[in-house]
Amino acid sequence: MKALRKLFDNIKPMVEEGGKFHAFRSLVDGFETFAFVPNQTSRTGSVNIHDAIDSKRIMSFVVIALLPALLFGMYNVGYQNYLAAGTLGDASFCDIFGFGLLAVLPKIIVSYIVGLGIEFVVAQWKGEEIQEGFLVSGIIIPMIIPVNTPLWMLALAVAFSVIFAKEIFGGTGMNIFNPALVTRAFLFFSYPSVMTGDDNVWVAQHTIFGLGNDLPDTFTAATPLGEAALGNGLTDQWSAFIGLIPGSIGETSVVAIAIGAVILLWTGIASWRTMGSVFVGGALTACLFHQTGVSPLSCVDQLVVGGFCFGAVFMATDPVTSARTSCGQYIYGFLIGVVAVLVRVLNPGFPEGMMLAILLLNLFAPAIDYCFVQSNINKRARRAIKK
Amino acid sequence: MSKLFSDENKAAFSGPINLNNPVTVQVLGICSALAVTSQLEPAIVMGLSVTVITAFANVIISLLRKTIPNRIRIIVQLVVVAALVTIVSQVLKAFAYDVSVQLSVYVGLIITNCILMGRLEAFAMQNAPWPSFLDGIGNGLGYALVLVIVGFVRELFGFGTLFGFNIIPASWYAENGGWYMNNGMMVMPAMSLIIVGCVIWAHRSINKEA
Repeated sequence: MKALRKLFDNIKPMVEEGGKFHAFRSLVDGFETFAFVPNQTSRTGSVNIHDAIDSKRIMSFVVIALLPALLFGMYNVGYQNYLAAGTLGDASFCDIFGFGLLAVLPKIIVSYIVGLGIEFVVAQWKGEEIQEGFLVSGIIIPMIIPVNTPLWMLALAVAFSVIFAKEIFGGTGMNIFNPALVTRAFLFFSYPSVMTGDDNVWVAQHTIFGLGNDLPDTFTAATPLGEAALGNGLTDQWSAFIGLIPGSIGETSVVAIAIGAVILLWTGIASWRTMGSVFVGGALTACLFHQTGVSPLSCVDQLVVGGFCFGAVFMATDPVTSARTSCGQYIYGFLIGVVAVLVRVLNPGFPEGMMLAILLLNLFAPAIDYCFVQSNINKRARRAIKK
Repeated sequence: MSKLFSDENKAAFSGPINLNNPVTVQVLGICSALAVTSQLEPAIVMGLSVTVITAFANVIISLLRKTIPNRIRIIVQLVVVAALVTIVSQVLKAFAYDVSVQLSVYVGLIITNCILMGRLEAFAMQNAPWPSFLDGIGNGLGYALVLVIVGFVRELFGFGTLFGFNIIPASWYAENGGWYMNNGMMVMPAMSLIIVGCVIWAHRSINKEA
């Protein structure tokens, strides 16, 4: 740690105003504040209260919480490939995980390079401190897309969402929509055949460095939600719970996501109100549709398949785009759950509704907050007048 | 002659094309800019139709401006515009049937185009026919310019074509063993709103003081 501190102290003069490498100021600044909590105090002169944990530390915790789901996702990518080729029995754990790692890693790298690249350029251009928001988005994005998404599409979508969903609104903390979901929405509407399509997008189809298997072009594997849209029920609830089903990279395993949820709730970063009410809303709606015979998936099925858990734990609770008032969080979360299941069941064009539900409610979060804040103000005003 | 092309008249013509563009500065006529720009050809036809209608509506209203009772001027303006729109619509159906089918109701909806009513109210009611004509042409072309830019981007990336000719090589496409794929979102109206936004962004960064 001391060596790192020394390194930054040595580099710093070079990137100051007038230094040799001034063009990299935001880059060095960004990495320094990731490694060390900055020791600057506020410049306004008034009294400010700071939490001991700043937003860069919060982001780091979210990334830690995402790791179980990411690692499991890598394993599942390999597992699905070997399963489809019928050679699962011969493959060791290292083969399976190694293949998944090699398939997922380029996506993570592309997502970070493009997203952070734009953020660094913007920070340098505006003369601001580098903003940390993309640290989380950059790792969520590869986790919510199918494994066969081409890298150039990913790069384009990341660039689109960082510029149009984030920087345009003023950068981290100012965005209305969750940038990771905007990336997915862009891919979903721009290249639908790659995101859902003929069901051959969910399983990696080519060998990488000798690992994995080449699958025939005609191979298809539908997700449980794709099957449900055709009217088929969930056959194996247990593997959907563990996560060994086709799906977007990080979304399949309820177990891995639950570990992340515990970390987020224990550190107090995610709101338990939002998270809980998403599940309540989703479960009630799913029950309703199952009981009336509209959907073959039962209440529990709806919650364990697709991106429901991932969305509820990591996306709906995004502190920037979700509702801030406690009561508002109940409403916000509940409606996400309701709309997600509603879209899944009633719209055959969209087998998965979590993305659309969260984006829609992102839009309404400020309005929900406004109502609760305003009603509180009115209540207090009435009380004051009475006395 | 010098009077016909005085500085004021020139400004009436060139202002709306750039510094006072009806779409990028006044943000008028957005609805049709979103609806008809998925391909270049209908965008150009739409732009020209609006140019013609704005120019002649401006002239007619300018000629009538002293006889129109103030209280019913909007109705008179609407009648004039509606007549011109009907003529243009019939001409399109006669000579460019395919495009008129593509444009469908949007030719008829030129009647409700805010640029038209705006120019009639703001310019033709106070000015002589010749400047009004130039103003109409200028506003129409300013509108057409934005439509062409948006149509160009949307057709190129949404269909890989321009005027219906393939621009992006067929061998690039994924179905032919390549890697490329047309962007489906470009075909949707939502994306044209974003492109119009980008045009406005670029226009305002270039003309900072305007």
